[in-house]
This record gives sequence, C-alpha cells and structure tokens, in this order.
Amino acid sequence: MWRFITFRLLQAIPVILAVVTVTFFLIRMAPGGPFDGEKAVIPEVRAALEAQYQLDKPLVEQYTAYLGDLLSGDLGPSFKYPGRSVNELIAAGLPVTAELGLYALLVAVVIGGLAGVIAALRPNTAQDYLPMSVAMLGICMPSFLLGPILLLVFGIYLDWLPVSGWGDIPGDKLLPAITLGSTYAAYVARLSRAGMLEVLHQDYIRTARAKGLPEWQVVTRHALRGGLIPVVAFLGPAFAGLLSGSFVVETIFQIPGLGRFYVQAAFNRDYTMILGTTVFLSTLIVVFNLLSDSLAAWMNPRLRAQYASR
Amino acid sequence: MDFSEHPVLEAPEGRSLWDDAWQRLRRNRLAVFGLAVLGLFVLLALLTPWIAPYGYAEQNLDLGASPPSLQHWLGTDTFGRDLLTQILYGGRISLAVGFIATAVALCIGVLWGAIAGYVGGRVDAVMMRLVDILYALPFMIFIVLLMVVFGRNLLLLFLAIGAVEWLTMARIMRAQVQSLKQQEFVEAAMSLGLSPFTIIRRHLIPNALGPVIVYTTLTIPGVMLLEAFLSFLGLGVQPPQTSWGLLISYGAESMEEYPWLLLFPGLALTLTLFSLNFLGDGLRDALDVRGAGD
Amino acid sequence: MLNVEHLSVSFVTRMGVTQAVDDVSFSVRAGEITAIIGESGSGKSVACYSLLGLVPQPPGRIDGGRALFNGRDLLKLPERELRKVRGRDIAMIFQDPMTCLNPYMTIGKQLVEPLRYHRKVSRKAARQRAMELLDEVGIREPDKTFHNYPHEFSGGMRQRVMIAMALINEPRLLIADEPTTALDVTIQAQILQLLARLQKKRDIGIVLISHDLAVVADIADSIIVMQEGRVVERGDATAIFRAATHPYTHKLLAAIPRGSKPPRPASGEALLEVRNLCTQFGRGRHAVKAVDNVSFTIQRGETLGLVGESGSGKSTIGRSLLRLVEPDSGQVLFDGQDITALAPEALKRMRRRMQIIFQDPFASLNPRMTVFETLSEPLLLHGVADRGSVAGQVLSLMDAVGLARGFARKYPHEFSGGQRQRIAIGRALATRPEFIVADEPVSALDVTIQAQILELMGALGREYGLTMLFITHDLAVVRQLADRIVVLRRGAIVEQATTAELLTAPQDGYTRALLAATPGRGLRQTP
Repeated sequence: MWRFITFRLLQAIPVILAVVTVTFFLIRMAPGGPFDGEKAVIPEVRAALEAQYQLDKPLVEQYTAYLGDLLSGDLGPSFKYPGRSVNELIAAGLPVTAELGLYALLVAVVIGGLAGVIAALRPNTAQDYLPMSVAMLGICMPSFLLGPILLLVFGIYLDWLPVSGWGDIPGDKLLPAITLGSTYAAYVARLSRAGMLEVLHQDYIRTARAKGLPEWQVVTRHALRGGLIPVVAFLGPAFAGLLSGSFVVETIFQIPGLGRFYVQAAFNRDYTMILGTTVFLSTLIVVFNLLSDSLAAWMNPRLRAQYASR
Repeated sequence: MDFSEHPVLEAPEGRSLWDDAWQRLRRNRLAVFGLAVLGLFVLLALLTPWIAPYGYAEQNLDLGASPPSLQHWLGTDTFGRDLLTQILYGGRISLAVGFIATAVALCIGVLWGAIAGYVGGRVDAVMMRLVDILYALPFMIFIVLLMVVFGRNLLLLFLAIGAVEWLTMARIMRAQVQSLKQQEFVEAAMSLGLSPFTIIRRHLIPNALGPVIVYTTLTIPGVMLLEAFLSFLGLGVQPPQTSWGLLISYGAESMEEYPWLLLFPGLALTLTLFSLNFLGDGLRDALDVRGAGD
Repeated sequence: MLNVEHLSVSFVTRMGVTQAVDDVSFSVRAGEITAIIGESGSGKSVACYSLLGLVPQPPGRIDGGRALFNGRDLLKLPERELRKVRGRDIAMIFQDPMTCLNPYMTIGKQLVEPLRYHRKVSRKAARQRAMELLDEVGIREPDKTFHNYPHEFSGGMRQRVMIAMALINEPRLLIADEPTTALDVTIQAQILQLLARLQKKRDIGIVLISHDLAVVADIADSIIVMQEGRVVERGDATAIFRAATHPYTHKLLAAIPRGSKPPRPASGEALLEVRNLCTQFGRGRHAVKAVDNVSFTIQRGETLGLVGESGSGKSTIGRSLLRLVEPDSGQVLFDGQDITALAPEALKRMRRRMQIIFQDPFASLNPRMTVFETLSEPLLLHGVADRGSVAGQVLSLMDAVGLARGFARKYPHEFSGGQRQRIAIGRALATRPEFIVADEPVSALDVTIQAQILELMGALGREYGLTMLFITHDLAVVRQLADRIVVLRRGAIVEQATTAELLTAPQDGYTRALLAATPGRGLRQTP
C-alpha cells in the first residue's frame, strides 16, 4: 500500500510542475501587468517597483527563482496587498473555504449516499424514482441558480435564514453548504445507486441470502462495501469541484474565502497571488485525488494485493 | 454493402441492435420527453431571428422592468428589453457552445482513444499517461485564468471547454476498442485477412458507437453548465451577446425586485439540462451501455 | 425428507408470462444424492431456488404446489421462518466459485457467518469449527488461509471453501447447483468425490443440479430429468442408464460421446508442421511461458485433437498457427511455407486456406452484421464470389451448415447458441479452406446441441476433405472426431498418440489422470 502511495506521490510531481509552469508563463503572456491599473505611474517608480519584485530580470530567471522559493514553501509577496505575503493571504482565506468545502462534502456524501442506497434497494418503484428525480434536479440546477433561489425563498420571502456572511449569525453557514453540496449530493446519489445495483446483482449476494441472513445484513455486511467504492473514488474529483465551485458560492453569499481572493487576483494581474493560489489549490486537489484513490483501492482487497506487489 | 435488390434475398429483415435500442428508447417516457423538448429548443434557436417577438437590442427605457404581460410574455428587464427575446437569443449561444464544444471534444477524444486502444503498447502508455496528467490538472481554475487573462473570447471558450471534455471521451473510446479487440469476432475478422482499416471501419467503430453516443449526450449538458458558470462569473459570453448563464447572472443581481429575471432564464437552462440528461440516461439504458461516463 | 408436489413457478415480464416450472413433483431422501438433469432453461435451478425463496418476486411468481420439508411447507413459511431454514437446515452451493464468494471479505469471516447468525456460537468456537471444516474439505493450513481473500484461491479451492461454508451448520439437505461446471475436469472429479464422501459421512441428502448426465452418473442415487419446465423422467440412477423410457432422456444419453473414431490410414503427406513453437506473455520477471517448445505434425485430411486444461496453452497454439498471436520462436510450416515468416500480402492469401472457429458463439459474431453480411464478407474479400453470385453462394453455405434460408437478414442476437455456432462454421468454410482450427467449438453449448454440432463438423470435414485441429479441455468430446490426440500440460506436450491408443493405453501419468477424471466412465464402456 505504501508503495502505491509513494508511486502516486511521485506521479503527482510532474502534475504540479506542469501547473506551475503553465500558469507562470500563461499569466506573463497575457496583456497587461500588475501596475497598469494604478493611474499614471511615473516610469521611474514603475521601474523601481518592477525591480523590487524582480520583474526586470529575464523571464526564465524569474521562473527558476520562483521554483526555488516554492521548494522552500515561500509563495512570494503579493503585488496588490503591499507588505503582505501570498502565504499570509492564503492562510487567511483557507479556513473559511475549507470549512465550507467540508460541510458541502458532508451534505454530498451523507444525503447523496443515503438517497442512492435507498433507491437501489427497490429499483423502479416510487422509492427509487423520488430520490433519483430530486438528484436529477440537483444535477440540472447549478449552484449559481440554486443559491439565489434558496436565498430568495429562505432568506428574503420566508426570512428564516441570514442571506450573507460567514460565522456572524447562527445558521448563516447552512445555505452556502447546501448550495455548494447539492450538485455533488446528486452525483453521489446516482453513483451509489448504480454501484449498489451492480453489487446487488452479484452472485455473492445470492450466497449471502442463501445463508439465511436477513436483508438488512445482506445489504450492510455484503453489499455496501463494494457498492460504495465508486463513491469513494469520486470524492477526489468532487473535492476539486467543490473548491472550484466555492468561487460562486462565496460570491453569492459574500463569504471571505479563498475563491474570492483568487478571482480578484486574476483580474488585478497579481502575478504571485494567482500563481500561489493556483499552485496551492492544485496541490490540494492532487493530494485529495490521491487520498480518495488510495482509499478506494484499499477497500478492494484484490487491488490492495496488486499494489502491494508492485 | 447493400444486396437488398437481389432477387434471392426475399427473406424478412431481421431486427438490428439499433432497431431494438430505438424500440426501448421509445418506451422510455422521460427520454422521449427529453428528445421532444430538445428538438423544440433547437428549432426555436434556429428560427430565433424570424420568430423573436422583438428586436434583440430593442429597448424601452420608459417601460423599464415589467412583470410578464400580454405584450411581454416573460416580462422585461431594467432596460425594458423583452425577456423572451433575450432568452431566445441567449439559447442560441448556450446551445451552440454546448454542441460545438462537445463536437470538438468528440473529435479529439474518439481519435485519441481509438488510436491508443488499437495500437496499444508503448504508444498507448504514453498517450494515456498524458491524459492522466491532464486529468489531474485543476481545469476549472485554468479556464477561469484563461478567460481573465485573454479576455472573454467565444472561440477560446469553445477550445478551452472542448479541451477539458475530450479526456473522458478518449478514455471511454480506448476502453471500448480494447475490449472489442479481444472479442473473438475481431479475431475472426483478422483471420479472414481483412485489413486493419477495414476491421476498424466495419467491426470496431459500429460496435463502439453506443457508449460514444451516450457519453456525447451527457457531455453536452456538462459543457452548457460550464459555459453558464463562466458567464455567471462574468468570464464567458460578453455583451452585447448574451447566454442563459449571463441572463441568470443579471437576474441574480436584481432578484429581490424582479424575480422573473432570474426564474425564466433559470427555467430554460434547467429544462434543457433535464432533457439532455434524461435523453442520455434513456440512451444508456436503451443501448445497454454500462457505466459510460462514470 | 423433502417432498415437492405440483410446484409451478412463472416469470411475469413485459414480454408476457413464461412458465419456468410446470407442475413439478419430486422427493429427496435423506442419505441419498438426487440429481436433477436438464439443459439451460429447463427450470431445474428455478425449481430449487423457489423452495428457499431465492427467486426474486417479481418477476418470479409461485403459482402453486407444496414443498414439505420435515413436515413443514416451505412455500407457506413466512420470510422469517424460511430464513431459519436457509443456511441452517438447507444449504446451497453455486456454479461459479469465482463470483459466489464476497471478494471484499476474508473467507474466514464468510465461513463463520452462518454459524454465528443461526446458532449464536461464540467467535472463538465458530473459528475453531471453521478451521476443522476447512481441513476436512482439503484446504491446507487453515489457520493461515483463514485470513485470506477469495481471489487468493484457485477455482477448485474456492469451491471447497463454498462447500465448507454450506456444511458449517451441519444442514440436513445440500442443494448443489452445477457445482463443477466452471472447473477443469481433474478438479471436477476431485470436487465430486469430496461431495460424495462428505455426504456419506454425514448421511445428508444432496440435490445435484447439472446439465450433464455424465457428470452425475458416478455419484447419483436417483435421477430426475427435466425439459421445458416439466419432469419427463425419474427413477433410480442405474435403471435410467439401463432403460430410459422418455425420448429426451435417450437423446441426453446418446449425446454422451463414447467409443472412438476408427483409425484411418495415414496419408503420409504432412499439411501442417509445427516446429519448436515457443510463446510467452509479459516480460522479465512476470513473463509466463504459455507455449514451451511444442512440435507436432498434422497429415492432410487428418483431425488432430489438442487436449489440455485451462492454462495449458492450447488456445495460444491454435492462434499461433493462424498468426493471431505472434510466437516468440519456432516455425509453423503450412504446405511447406513458414507462416511465421510470411509478408502481409502472402499471409492474406494464405488466410483463405486456413480458418478458425471460436468457443464463444456470443462473442465470435459481429453483433451489428446480419448473417448475410457475415457470410458474404470472406467470399467477397477473397474473390470467391462477385457481387452477382454472392447471394447464391451465401445461401448454399447456409444450407450446408443447416441454417434456414429465411435467416439471412437476421442479426446474431436473434439466434440461439447452437445456431450462432453454425453461422461461425459457415463463415470459416466460406473460402473453402483446407485447414480449420476449432477452438473449443462446443464447450459453451448444451449437451444435445453439442452432439449436433460435433456431428455437423464431422460431416462437413468429410465432405470438404478438411484437415482439422480440434482444441478442447474435454477428452470425451474429441474421441469420435479426432484421429490422433496431443495432450498438453503447462505449455508442453506430455503425450501424443492415436485416439484409440491414447484412450486404451495411456502412457503418461497426466493423461491417465485426465482419463480417470472424465465423468461418466462407467457409462461409456457399456455400448
């Protein structure tokens, strides 16, 4: 197992390197620079600023310097927030985004998984159609539409829940978490239904029934594990989706998370901030993909053995 | 080959797998509903310039935002523009993005996957490792970056979205070709002495088509969602052009006062996505494709 | 012990109602092995599964009947009560040991499950009991294998685990559904012996479901023959083998291959010569030698049987002859020309002269091509027919393999397995080849269909003057067809001889073991 993880970690290095490289040169190729927005900067000041941030050096040299800093964990100073480092800014935004992502993931796995399993137990009955129709609605109703609608209904018309903020008023985390998690809950529901249906048709389920086990034990002891492996493998991609999706939800509900920083940084050509957040988020996603893949592989003894012998 | 005119062959025609699939699809009410709605929307999109009740840029500042009425079935926006007209024109863009970007993904993915699967060996390993690496990249972040940095360019949007979506298509095609290659009928074709080209054309492609069609149907809604997402962030289509995502974004800004501006474009998008997904699911069942796209 | 009376089960689907089991009655006595024989779709499994409530309802529906087990009607028991019978008083073994064990659970956990659930035995005692049983069914080092997962066992070993699991509650009745069909013949013989031994020791009743009369011939006490949902014959095993009354039973008995092909004079002309063929899969450490220095000759007009169990490399050899697999070294001389060294153009011309028939009639036909398209493809490709004459030739080909002309424009999925195999034979014969490789052409078919296809192949072989390599895992299948037999084990030849010699006086120990394992030996000797 550890060999598998090591192998996958080694595989992650080129991915992250590719992210850094592509991002670095992409933003430099783009028209405009970090000091364009400020009105009429005198050439001397501009040159001084560029020298301060080492923008006057050749591009390749800047690139290698950045890679060097990156290895030591330094993401550089922010261009737009003078005196603050990218590390600090990320550290400020991360806890909020992480908390939001965690709640959303919880919504996705618990609600989605439950709905999928329940639907699979009685396929093609009302017990199947109802949760699956809701799931389809969840997939077809993007967060940027669901969010405003939830806001309108629960925040404004009914006035049950606060419409914005994060951690200021009790209950203000509920709507954002549901908004962000709903699409993934829907996917999880479909995945777990398909997975459970597949497993419930396997011969070994018949063996379990032939042993005389009651149906709930057949499901919990024999079917659940195999049926939920696809869901576990989906957690990585889902997490990636949640991080990207949090831009929108953070915007709608005015939450001071990483996503809003990121979009602002991109608009402002804040080179180091863009690079820093991109690299950070990518690493996070790669690590989560690795985690969910490893977990899925570990749940399957056959794969576990395969990777162990590799 | 068509020998149907030959006099010896008066035998009754058999039912091909496509016939069977069509029969199954027709029995699936949701899929038929999806197909009908989709057909209607595509027709409306094609005919928009002739049937739109108002001009695209026609404003009526005196009227301002008004709720649905007999003159304006779906109401007007703050500039007094007819919302139905806006939705019709927006639908053209949204559907076009969906279909064109999917076509891009389809072409690259099918070709890439088929080559990797058929050639196999080192070529396959290198090609698929590249797909793996691209898969691991946080594409949404990249697209956002791309749009911010290079401005909101429709062509770039097509390319960017197509570039993300081809990966899964390639994987599906490769898996198909690989499993078909091991089927005995392909070996039989080899032992008959057919050329590789003929084997691919007559024996592999017709049999790999099912999952590709299904996945295509399921990619279109994904792409439309992505476009809407970007437009919502203000990174996709830009005025004077419009799309459903952009309309939803405007609608969300003023939803407290004018909720219809949010609801109707949202309804159009959701209904389209619903139809496509139901159609895709129906096709998946009808063609008996297991796990395509998961 | 078990009395089934007038059992009727049907399946209700959108397509209509199918009567799967129609007024079936039978009884099983304690201490006896009762075999239920029937082909796929005869309702033999459904009849037994419905007794234990293992037929999903819907689409299944029990229309009537009684099933008295120790005085209680199983069909009337509420689910809770039935569950207590299931796995405690009546246990089951299924066909495919590869898929019947939960791959996510150690075999130990799966083994103790029925014991812990039904008898509330302590964990330790259950474990102890499980190890004893594992030992009894012939699993070595039970204390170690207890914690292994199913994939770490071979097919035969898994079936032993299944048997242990079924017996752990000391049931009074064991229902074994085709317990050896997925296994190699030598393993099959071991499992059947094990079942017979365990049955005697415990004096329990066994219901043995099988499609093959020969398999049950040696161990069954009484036999029930089913066809299309009905019991057509029942009685003592010896009585049935001696004097069956129903025509269907006669047909089943006739389908058991016996005797051997009379030796034919050697033509003296070698059509195909294989020299030092070696093929390995994978590289380096993981390389597996599939074919290890194999040499043999086939005379013109001769049929050579190539016999071996799974993993013996027999299919790889067959495919190497047609260069569907590239051998690593060695030569295949066909009519004096080395196939392995042919350039693409020459190879294509050569392919007209040698063809192959595959095992799986479901996979060997392109599902999107009609019979007509499938059969006309080789004709047109090799210029045997032109567009004007192709239709006539296809039809005469269909006549030759016994397919009605009206089927020409139908697709493979509209046919049964036997009919599909006829299409595949027609395709192979289309170019009028001299040599045919038949790779297990009947092992996926029901026994009576098997006999028909074998007969067809024999007749066509004579008519077309074919030279044939007949690959099979079952010695019995080739005894009437092959002139000579080559026995293969782990990629190497262990023995080759004429069929009569090999069957009567095998030289190698492995050949003897194979022969001894062939089911229904007693049956074959009686004419």
